[in-house]
Amino acid sequence: MFYREAGQFKTSYATDQQIFPIRQDRIAMAVLLAVAFVAVPLAASPYWLTAILIPFLTFSLAAIGLNILTGYAGQLSLGSAAFMAVGAVAAYNFEARVPGMPLLGSFVLGGLTAAGVGVLFGLPSLRIKGFYLAVATLAAQFFIPWLLVKVSWFSNDSTSGAISTQPLEIAGWLADTPTEKYLLVLTIVAVMALVAKNLIRSATGRAWMAVRDMDVAAEVIGIRIVRTKLTAFAVSSFYCGVAGALYAFANLGSVQPEDFNLDLSFRILFMIIVGGVGSMAGSFLGAAFITLLPIALDLLLTDGAAAIGLALPPGVASMAQLVVFGALIIFFLIVEPHGLARLWQIGKEKARLWPFPY
Amino acid sequence: MAPQRHIGDVMLSLEHISLAFGGVKALTDIGFDVRDGEIRAIIGPNGAGKSSMLNIINGVYQPTEGRIVFEGREYRRMDPHRAASMGIARTFQNIALFKGMSVLDNIMTGRNLKMRSGLLAQALYVGPNRREELVHREKVEHIIDFLQIESVRKTPVGRLPYGVQKRVELARALAAEPRLLLLDEPMAGMNLEEKQDMCRFILDVNDEFGTTIVLIEHDMGVVMDISDRVVVLDYGRKIGDGPPDEVRSNQAVVDAYLGVAH
Repeated sequence: MFYREAGQFKTSYATDQQIFPIRQDRIAMAVLLAVAFVAVPLAASPYWLTAILIPFLTFSLAAIGLNILTGYAGQLSLGSAAFMAVGAVAAYNFEARVPGMPLLGSFVLGGLTAAGVGVLFGLPSLRIKGFYLAVATLAAQFFIPWLLVKVSWFSNDSTSGAISTQPLEIAGWLADTPTEKYLLVLTIVAVMALVAKNLIRSATGRAWMAVRDMDVAAEVIGIRIVRTKLTAFAVSSFYCGVAGALYAFANLGSVQPEDFNLDLSFRILFMIIVGGVGSMAGSFLGAAFITLLPIALDLLLTDGAAAIGLALPPGVASMAQLVVFGALIIFFLIVEPHGLARLWQIGKEKARLWPFPY
Repeated sequence: MAPQRHIGDVMLSLEHISLAFGGVKALTDIGFDVRDGEIRAIIGPNGAGKSSMLNIINGVYQPTEGRIVFEGREYRRMDPHRAASMGIARTFQNIALFKGMSVLDNIMTGRNLKMRSGLLAQALYVGPNRREELVHREKVEHIIDFLQIESVRKTPVGRLPYGVQKRVELARALAAEPRLLLLDEPMAGMNLEEKQDMCRFILDVNDEFGTTIVLIEHDMGVVMDISDRVVVLDYGRKIGDGPPDEVRSNQAVVDAYLGVAH
């Protein structure tokens, strides 16, 4: 009833090529951005910001990165956490070793370093596909964190291997409260999400999807397969690299290559599978699902048990949480294999017609 | 009135082409030419090597022997990218569309080779890249209009019926504004009405854009009606070449299609 595009006529291709061609979507997006930039910093508690929103945004960025590679370009990867590690360590080192390096400059250079490493580990994709490629990227996941730990130069020769990150300072503005950190992360993620969307709706994005859907036909059209795949690896790793830098600088406050393990890679993969492979909204929805669900389950199980007068032994709650978490993922995959983004889309299609069935 | 069709000089000529996969000889010493502006058909029983022939013309396969002369220049072999940039486009026997993309995006992809903006301009989507997208969108809309698929332009191609998908694939090939269009069984699996539509589109493309067309087709009625000259292959050898009427009365061709008493 309210979500209907009737009466919205497009008179130029420019208006039809917008990211959100339907007016209601544009309004919704504007409201969402206003809430994220204004209402949340005013209302959210430090716990919400540091434990939920900042990790959610960081993982959204990593999920966008993996979605570019796997969802749009069709190259399966299990190395996202490794590329995040490269980004984090590189950003730390640029910041520490180059005098007067601005923080955002370090982030960009960290991302570019990750992009270079990503291209290197993307080379096997020129010969192998699918599961075999996933195994090849697994090499990155095992090799890179090991190398970053082994060579102490990367951690500035610190004895413990754990290094604290530099303060988040941009042109004299120091982001040290949770709200400020949140705003910094949110701005970076919002801008990079827009950039990713722009790439996807341009020639590069179409080339990625063409290679994903039918590589022989893409080649015959004149798309260079090698360049397209490696661009996807570069851009994807750039996103993962910046996400890794944000994870280290704004979430953990330290750089520890062990944090970027296979477990994290899998979590990011789950995010795009649950959220929606090949969808920008899916990256955010999946990140929200995977970050929020454990917390929600934790609250539900401990508080729920307390409410019915049952004292759970320590450990049971966290075990039960894992079990429910796994079951929910399987449930979602069976009900909607195309992820939350597809559910959202179906919901919108239904809303267009509501209250009539067709 | 349609402009007078003009068939010019030889545009593409294939000389002594042989192709072998390991020990299997797919094509043996085949030679024929295609004139500028004509509709050239390749026919033959299943497994005769027709699709392999198209794959050699646009570089998907490399011939083991022979050479390809395209517009006066001689090539030992083609590669798909070079073929595309020289203006050779094609469709496939089994539809090879990008299933996850909309009709519009599929056809836009056909113009990717003509797009010049760099990665950074695309990332920002301002200025030249934005203008470029709009210019190409307009060109694509003309093709959508031409093939009468306006109503499905935003639909993911995976959801479309077979006949329409075939049309979208033709649209994607046309989007590259090819000088030479290779069609691999454009009418396979279609009903009579769809075949008639497709025939009309092919003739219109040839007429209005002057595009040279090489097509593989099994429907003899169609081949005899729309093509200017026909090549007949059988077991990887050329057994006939000439105008439809001549080919129809060629004894070797009749034998290949109907069989011979032993």
